[in-house]
Amino acid sequence: MPNAPEPAQTAREQRPRRVTIDPEGPLLVEGPVEVVGDDGRVIASRRFTAAICTCRRSRTYPWCDTSHRRRVRRDENAPPDAEPETGTDARTTTRTGKDHDQDSEGEESTDAR
Amino acid sequence: MPAEIQSLATHDAPRESRRTSPPLPEPRGTLSRLVVDTLRGGGSPGPLSLDTHDADPYGDDLQLALYLLYELHYQGFDGVREDLEWDPELLGLRRALEGRFLGALRANCRSTDSAEHALAELLVEPVGYSRTSVGHHLQRDGELWQLREYAAARSLYHLKEADPHAWVIPRLHGRAKAGMVAVEFDEFGAGRPEEIHAQLYADLMEDLALETAYGYYLDAAPAEVLATVNLMSLLGLHRSLRGALIGHFAAVEVTSSPGSRRLAKAMRRCGAGQAAERFYDEHVEADAVHEQVVRRDVIGGLLASEPGLESDVVFGIEATGFLEDRLGARLLSAWRDERSALRTPLEAAA
Ligand code: FES
Ligand SMILES: [Fe+2]
Ligand SMILES: [Fe+2]
Repeated sequence: MPNAPEPAQTAREQRPRRVTIDPEGPLLVEGPVEVVGDDGRVIASRRFTAAICTCRRSRTYPWCDTSHRRRVRRDENAPPDAEPETGTDARTTTRTGKDHDQDSEGEESTDAR
Repeated sequence: MPAEIQSLATHDAPRESRRTSPPLPEPRGTLSRLVVDTLRGGGSPGPLSLDTHDADPYGDDLQLALYLLYELHYQGFDGVREDLEWDPELLGLRRALEGRFLGALRANCRSTDSAEHALAELLVEPVGYSRTSVGHHLQRDGELWQLREYAAARSLYHLKEADPHAWVIPRLHGRAKAGMVAVEFDEFGAGRPEEIHAQLYADLMEDLALETAYGYYLDAAPAEVLATVNLMSLLGLHRSLRGALIGHFAAVEVTSSPGSRRLAKAMRRCGAGQAAERFYDEHVEADAVHEQVVRRDVIGGLLASEPGLESDVVFGIEATGFLEDRLGARLLSAWRDERSALRTPLEAAA
C-alpha cells in the first residue's frame, strides 16, 4: 500500500524535530535534513541526527568534523613520554582565532561534501 | 524464491567477507595450542586444566587463545562445531584467561576520578605533529605498504565493526538504550547493507589489494592487535562490565573523527583509492555525531540511572587508551626501522 503511510511513520513525521545545542560545538538536529548554504547550494544528510557546525572551522562544512575542539600546544622537541598528553593544561588552554594546525594546509574546499 | 527477494539478492550484491568462516590459525604457545586442538577435536574429553598464572596477559599465546574463544561467538572457524560456543570446559578456560587479562588491565589503568575528566582528556586536539600517534605518522609520512599493514591489522575489528558493542543493548534501558541503538543503526548502514561500516571497510581493503575474507589476517596480527579486539569482546560479553563497554565505546567514538581525518588524508596522499578514502571520510562525519550521542545520551543516561558504574566507565576509557597506545608503539617502532609491524609481512600488492 504505497500511498498509505504507516501509523508509526505518521507519528514520527508529526513529532516536532528536536534540536540540541552544544554551546561549544555543533547544533544537533534530528535527520534527515537539508542545509542551504549562502550560495544557495543544498546539501542533505540522511543520518538519524546531523551535527551542524556552528564554529565555522569544519573542513566538511556544514557538518561538524570536531574542529571546534580545544587545541593543546605540545612541546615538539620533548621526548615522547614527556609530552603533556592533556591533563589540566588541556582544560585551561584557550583557542586563539583560526589556529588550524598543519593538517589544514593545502586542504581543498572540495573535500567538504 | 519470490521475485523481489531474488532481485534484491542479485542486484549489486556487495562482496560479503563473512560468507565463510576462516580456518583455525597457527598456535603461538601452550594455551593457544590447547584451544586449537580442542576446537579441532570437537571438544574436550575431560576438564581442561592448564596453569594460566605464568602466562603474559598481553602476550601472543594468551591473547590468541582468548581471541579464538571469543571468535566462537561471532563467526566461528571452518570445521569447528558451532555448539562449542557454549562448551563448559572452554568457557571455564576462557574465564581463567579473562581473569588474567582483566586483572592486568585494572592494574595498568590509573583511574581518573570522573568520566567527565577522563573524556575531557580525549576532547582536545594536539597542535602540530604528535610523534606517538599512528594517525599523525600515516598522514604526514605514511607509505602505501604501511597503510596496507595498518588496514590488514585493523581488519580483525573492522570486518565485524560495532558487533561487540551490540551485546550491551539488552543491558541498557531508557536514554542510554535509545542513544546506543541509534548509533549502532548508523554503524550497521541505517538499513542499507552496502553502507554497513564493515562493508565499507571490506571495500577499503579491496582498494588496498588486501584479502577481504573474514579472519584472513589473524595469523599476521600481533598480540597488540588481538588485545584491542579482545577488550571489546570481554566488555561486550559480560553484563557486569557494561559500564566499561560504554566507556570503551565512547573513547573510540570521541577519538575517531579527528583520527579518521588524518587517515583519510593518508589514503588520499598515497592514492589508495576512492573506497579507502570513503571509509574514513564517512567516519569523520558520522563520529562527530556519534560522540555527541554517546556522551550525552549513552553515558549520561547510563550514569543517571546507575551512578555506581562511573568508575567502570572510566576504566573502559582508560583501558582502551592503554591498549591503543601499546599497538601504536608496536606499529611505529617497526615502521620507523622500515620493518613490517605484522608477524608475517603481506604479499606485495599486485
Ligand atoms: S562545530 Fe564542530 S567543527 Fe564546527
Ligand atoms: Fe563506524
Ligand atoms: Fe561511530
